[in-house]
Amino acid sequence: MIATRRLLLIAGFSAAFAGLALAQTTTVAPPAAAGTRFITVSSTTSTQDSGLFGHILPLFQARTGIEVRVVSQGTGQALDTARRGDADVVFVHAKAQEEKFLAEGFALERKPVMYNDFVLIGPKSDPAGVAGTKDIVAALKAIQEKGAPFVSRGDKSGTHSAELALWKVAGIDLDQKKGSWYRDIGQGMGAALNTAGGMAAYVLSDRGTWISFKNRGDLVIAVEGDRRLFNQYGVMAVNPAKHPHVKVNDGQAFVNWLISPEGQKAIADYKIDGQQLFFPNATQAGA
Amino acid sequence: MDFAAIFKAAFALVVGLDPGFLAIVGLSLRVTLTAVLIAGLIGLPLGAALALARFPGRSVVIVCLNALMGLPPVVAGLFVFLLLSRSGPLGPLGLLFTPTAMIAAQVILVLPIVIALTRQTVEDLWSEYRDHLRSVGLEGMRAIPTLLFDGRFALATALLAGFGRASAEVGAVLIVGGNIAGYTRTMTTTITLETSKGDLPLALGLGLVLIALTLAINAVAFGASRIGARYAG
Amino acid sequence: MRDVTSILPLSLESISFLGEGRRLVDAVSLVVPAGGVTVLLGPNGAGKSLMLRLCHGLLTPSEGHVHWAASATGRAKRHAMVFQKPIMLRRSVEANIDHALAAAGVARMERRERAQAALRRFGLSERARQPARLLSGGEQQRLAIARAWSLRPELLFLDEPTSQLDPAATWQIEELLTGLVAEGITVLMSTHDLGQAKRLADRVLFLHRGRLVEDSLAAYFFAEPQTIEARAFLAGELLW
Repeated sequence: MIATRRLLLIAGFSAAFAGLALAQTTTVAPPAAAGTRFITVSSTTSTQDSGLFGHILPLFQARTGIEVRVVSQGTGQALDTARRGDADVVFVHAKAQEEKFLAEGFALERKPVMYNDFVLIGPKSDPAGVAGTKDIVAALKAIQEKGAPFVSRGDKSGTHSAELALWKVAGIDLDQKKGSWYRDIGQGMGAALNTAGGMAAYVLSDRGTWISFKNRGDLVIAVEGDRRLFNQYGVMAVNPAKHPHVKVNDGQAFVNWLISPEGQKAIADYKIDGQQLFFPNATQAGA
Repeated sequence: MDFAAIFKAAFALVVGLDPGFLAIVGLSLRVTLTAVLIAGLIGLPLGAALALARFPGRSVVIVCLNALMGLPPVVAGLFVFLLLSRSGPLGPLGLLFTPTAMIAAQVILVLPIVIALTRQTVEDLWSEYRDHLRSVGLEGMRAIPTLLFDGRFALATALLAGFGRASAEVGAVLIVGGNIAGYTRTMTTTITLETSKGDLPLALGLGLVLIALTLAINAVAFGASRIGARYAG
Repeated sequence: MRDVTSILPLSLESISFLGEGRRLVDAVSLVVPAGGVTVLLGPNGAGKSLMLRLCHGLLTPSEGHVHWAASATGRAKRHAMVFQKPIMLRRSVEANIDHALAAAGVARMERRERAQAALRRFGLSERARQPARLLSGGEQQRLAIARAWSLRPELLFLDEPTSQLDPAATWQIEELLTGLVAEGITVLMSTHDLGQAKRLADRVLFLHRGRLVEDSLAAYFFAEPQTIEARAFLAGELLW
């Protein structure tokens, strides 16, 4: 009797320890085994959520043997992460913020990589009556006038910056006009789309995230095709003069690969349901 | 929301034994179990010492520990983040965005639970054993090994509580781990990510797997401690 | 002929113990020489349990001294105590004894021998591997005594050892105690059970409200109590 109980007890504990041991061994297996060459890239939620990195990073690693660890945050946060020295490369989409980063000396140069565009997403019911139009500024004015619900990222991301710039172009001072219709959620792109879906609200999204977003519900594209919805991505290697520990060579290798014909082709090749999400433009001057 | 799709996603994850998924589960287990192990090694003796020691300000320490059990994970994460960032005091170690950083954050989350519950358990046991242990000459800190051993089943529950808190939390590991695919992506951060990508069935499917895993670990521990408790009376 | 290093006699020099602003033990002096059963007798709250704890060193007297003939502190202190409610560790019967021996600094090999001997001596060998806390009340107290005995005490303190037991178990424990005395172990025990005191005691210390009211040979005490309090107690009157 007692002997069996004791056996069971021992068996229970050994099972627990075996589980622990298993957990230890299985996790050494993944590609990220310690000791490999790696760089840390701080990037945006749009590149991550759209699945672009899942497509191009294995190609880069196969070519160079360098593993890329991506921490995806809003553009503002991603730049701050690099400012603190916690990333080797930043890959974001808010040119004004990027140029400030350059001016502060945290990077020596910025390379344009690719673009996609923003789209205004809205509910099928279209309370502001803007569906199918091409003028984003007129659409924003209509939303504000009718008090139709609008979800803002509110997280200092590239998309958030673009949205604020557009309100400015529309001549709407949010500090004055902000009412219950304007919902600032302080979260990533996917969360903003989920929220907009839940509240039948309009939201500005990058096209890549929208295409790969699966929980669309009643949301559709309301406004697209305006040149002011252009969304440029840039990449910068962190300046070793600011943070001596950054991996200059491997970081630069990643930057160089992204703007190389091979990297640009990899970006162009990424498609969801036959739709291309990002358009490489490393060679375009002034992008 | 299609519930059939959710269960299908969960089922496909488990049956498919997708290596990426297994790596995520493995990392989650490794991080959390290591954190609980470390918290146990520190917290059990410390909690026992706190149960037996009498010093001015002891009740303040106890109240603080009890309050820390409710420490928001994000705050623990932020603390470790600032500590480990290259611009922080421990920056040169280069530990931010690594599993080690996640373990550190979870140790901070689990430690107060282990210490507080250990203190309670050991204090109760000490009030029962005091006369006998002092009679055989085990006073003060010398009584700790006996009390920890005899409280082993209640203490296993304390460790389980710690495991539950650590395995369920997402705020801290997201901040200090960075949710890097294949490196610091755990089950909870994957759930967050998939939710933000709008892939709700996959997110909830992962949630089901997490629940099942937690359930299995609890069942094993509960069974073992039931058998043990019966054995020890 | 006593061993020269014997810890006995034990002398209490006017010890008092204060608690909650009252003198719970009040200026008690007495000597416990080797041999026999000395019974602390008295109503509840008389201070019997406190006296035992003061002697055993679990409590420190507020005033006065507890004096042993030889060093009786530290690991091998050669006096042991059994409590009213047996304190059983959450381990097997044998492990309970082993633990006490380990605490006393006995080496592992010797511990095993001594534990086995104690189990045999007190008829617990069959129960060696069972959880101690699942034994019956009488068996638990027997184990507590076996555990104390394994420490080879010269003096054994017992605090109301049978107050929670039924008559059959009580009888067993009394038999055991008689055996221990025959082995040469000195017993100092408390009880409020007059019958038990009559059956076991060689000497009676009658306590009332923390004071040692009578100290006499058992035969004299029961035949001719000297004080009003003792007479009232023996007559079964309420005392407070």
